[in-house]
Amino acid sequence: MSVILSFIFLIMCIAGWWLARHHLLSKPWLERGVPASATEGAAPVNRTAKVGLGVFLAVIGALFALLASAYFERMGLPDWRDFPLPRLLWVNTGMLIACSAALHCALADARNGALKPARSGLVIASLAGLAFVFGQLAVWLQLVSVGLGVASNPAVTFFYLLTGLHGLHILGGLVALAFAVSSAFHGTDLRPLIPRLELCTIYWHFLLVIWLAILVVIAGWAEEIVVTCSQLFS
Amino acid sequence: MVEFTPKAAGTVPPAEVPDVELYHPKSWWTKYVFSQDAKIIAIQYSGTAILIGLVALVLSWLMRLQLGFPDTFSFITVEAYYQFITMHGMIMVIYLLTALFLGGFGNYLIPLMIGARDMAFPYVNMLSFWIYLVAVLVLVASFFAPGGPTGAGWTLYPPQAILSGTPGGQEAGILLMLSSLVLFIIGFTMGGLNYAVTVLQCRTRGMTLMRMPLTIWGIFTATVMALLAFPALFVAGVMMLFDRLVGSSFFMPALVELGERLDYGGGSPILFQHLFWFFGHPEVYIVALPAFGIVSDLISVHARKNIFGYRMMVWAIVIIGGLSFIVWAHHMYVSGMNPWFGFFFATTTLIIAIPTAIKVYNWVLTLWRGDIHFTLPMLFALAFIVTFLNGGLSGLFLGNVVVDVPLSDTMFVVAHFHMVMGVAPIMVIFGAIYHWYPKITGRMLDETMGRIHFWVTFVGSYAIFFPMHYVGLVGVPRRYNELGDLLFVPPSIADLNAFISIAALIVGAAQMVFLFNLLWSLRHGKEAGGNPWRAASLEWQTPATPPEHGNWGKSLPVVYRWAYDYSVPGAKEDFIAQNDPWPEEPERSPA
Repeated sequence: MSVILSFIFLIMCIAGWWLARHHLLSKPWLERGVPASATEGAAPVNRTAKVGLGVFLAVIGALFALLASAYFERMGLPDWRDFPLPRLLWVNTGMLIACSAALHCALADARNGALKPARSGLVIASLAGLAFVFGQLAVWLQLVSVGLGVASNPAVTFFYLLTGLHGLHILGGLVALAFAVSSAFHGTDLRPLIPRLELCTIYWHFLLVIWLAILVVIAGWAEEIVVTCSQLFS
Repeated sequence: MVEFTPKAAGTVPPAEVPDVELYHPKSWWTKYVFSQDAKIIAIQYSGTAILIGLVALVLSWLMRLQLGFPDTFSFITVEAYYQFITMHGMIMVIYLLTALFLGGFGNYLIPLMIGARDMAFPYVNMLSFWIYLVAVLVLVASFFAPGGPTGAGWTLYPPQAILSGTPGGQEAGILLMLSSLVLFIIGFTMGGLNYAVTVLQCRTRGMTLMRMPLTIWGIFTATVMALLAFPALFVAGVMMLFDRLVGSSFFMPALVELGERLDYGGGSPILFQHLFWFFGHPEVYIVALPAFGIVSDLISVHARKNIFGYRMMVWAIVIIGGLSFIVWAHHMYVSGMNPWFGFFFATTTLIIAIPTAIKVYNWVLTLWRGDIHFTLPMLFALAFIVTFLNGGLSGLFLGNVVVDVPLSDTMFVVAHFHMVMGVAPIMVIFGAIYHWYPKITGRMLDETMGRIHFWVTFVGSYAIFFPMHYVGLVGVPRRYNELGDLLFVPPSIADLNAFISIAALIVGAAQMVFLFNLLWSLRHGKEAGGNPWRAASLEWQTPATPPEHGNWGKSLPVVYRWAYDYSVPGAKEDFIAQNDPWPEEPERSPA
């Protein structure tokens, strides 16, 4: 359970840092009036959506941290058999990186007011995202064809579970992206679209990070990293 | 005295928020059914939770009938008894308590208490309720499925949960239960995002974090915890669905069933316990923290005194929230895990008693020399403090490994957790409903019916659960539908069991008085006015009662003080509302 505990610790540090900035030492029973910092009015809608996305990403992070914890616990049992990862996974990883990069460029273009490059960036991102999904499906088919079905071994079952749940989040991201693409092709002014694009980009970057973390876990590098670190410290 | 006076006059013009931000319902359907108004969603959540809670109440009656009068009711078979236990536990903990505190009170109170017009994401908030409703319906469907609902116990431990010897294990029961939980968690996440982000982003001017009522602190912290803890149940549920549906072996060890070797092998049932309790223990505080917050407000209002140690109360809530993530394995002392873990988790468990005790002291000190009004909310709040203290003290026993091992799986444990997480939070729910019903409906609940309800419930629950501790100490195991002839169980235990069962029937019946009161007072209750308790917090200062769509009319309120200014010397009344700029010209004190 060390992965999820580390994750919770990280969240607590962020929460603690945030709370410390909010005058937890103040004495409200002695205060009267409106604090000067609070007179500007309510937070802008855009920022609220970003905070909402941040909280949601923390929940997704907790979900995958728990899966990683379960993975490592289960891995220690004697019936665990590692299996070679299909090469196609690296192509898929490339697609996801391409998707993130394209979105990043599209956002930068939209901020600069460059309509055409932004549109093409969004299209490339959507295609790369779709390619990732189909690539993952192809990996599943490959595994099944060599006899590694869902129930064949716990390592394989975890592979299906992790890629499946990650894939579901990717599908959600594709739906959000599709809305962004359709509004980008409907208007000529991209500025109202920027907040939505920002949210999309953050989400896709996060899913990329999660995917890389999943790769580190299932490729067995996580163990190597832990061993190397412990050697360094000792 | 600290003064915040940005304007010379001492008052600040209210923030005029354009009305267009809110979704305006266009038809009866979007106003009352598919509503995006947090207040309607709160009522929908509460209504659904109370209805499904009634099912769980009836199940507890049936269990008690079996335990009190064994061999009397032929329809309560062994299988049925296990199904009743499982559904009673799961419904009460998740579908009633969690949904009512966060979905019900959270939705109603957060926007009103922090001075917002609505939740941050009203559409997602609406989806949250509808997914919750589907989760409840899926759960109810399992009663009608072939084989009936699952009888795995509310903790759903594998391997037995998905084996054919357990009711619903190889039929639809366990599948419907797990699917319902997964749906509930998805729905809750949508709601939880709203509760957290609304508190973070939508507070009105002047409502600093340290001016929020403790109710909001409790609900907010519980929401953050739930957002991080429910994924553990989600993961456990999905993994068990894999084991059950595709024959994987996450949790399932090699097994022989009825002389036949099953295809499973190598899995770890303890892994499930870890995941389950990583959710399960924070869940206790997900229910308790909103109760702590609400009870602080009830006590302060009805004792006309500011809450003692507000800052300490906030810190205690946050610290309890953090600590509750590292105590989960105290539910697993007898699971066969490494004994050193037991030592660690016993220590963390006892440490969590410190912030909890601080809260109890502060409630008592708030009452100390207060102008205590024995109104219904106050009675329930007092009942909560006593009950929570009782339940907490037996928790000290169970938190220690050496004491827990002999008491594990006895009725003592059942008595303990019913006191601390059954009766105590329910007392707060009742107190809160008596307190806020006038705001929700504009009418008071009937006092006589309320007092009958209170005394029968309070005395009755002690009649049920105090003797149950003794039954457990004698060694009567839990989860047994019948004791038979056990040498170590004296015959008097049977009489005691019958007594407990009769008390349970009476307490259950008293809840019908409460439900009748809820409906009767809608029409016939006394007109309440806007602020019948003369409370200072913001939800009582709305321009209309019940509050209209958008809560605040044209402009949002401005907050000048904390929520606990009661009996302030020199003030016009014995309370000063949070949005009252009194005194108009603040005195300048020398820095």
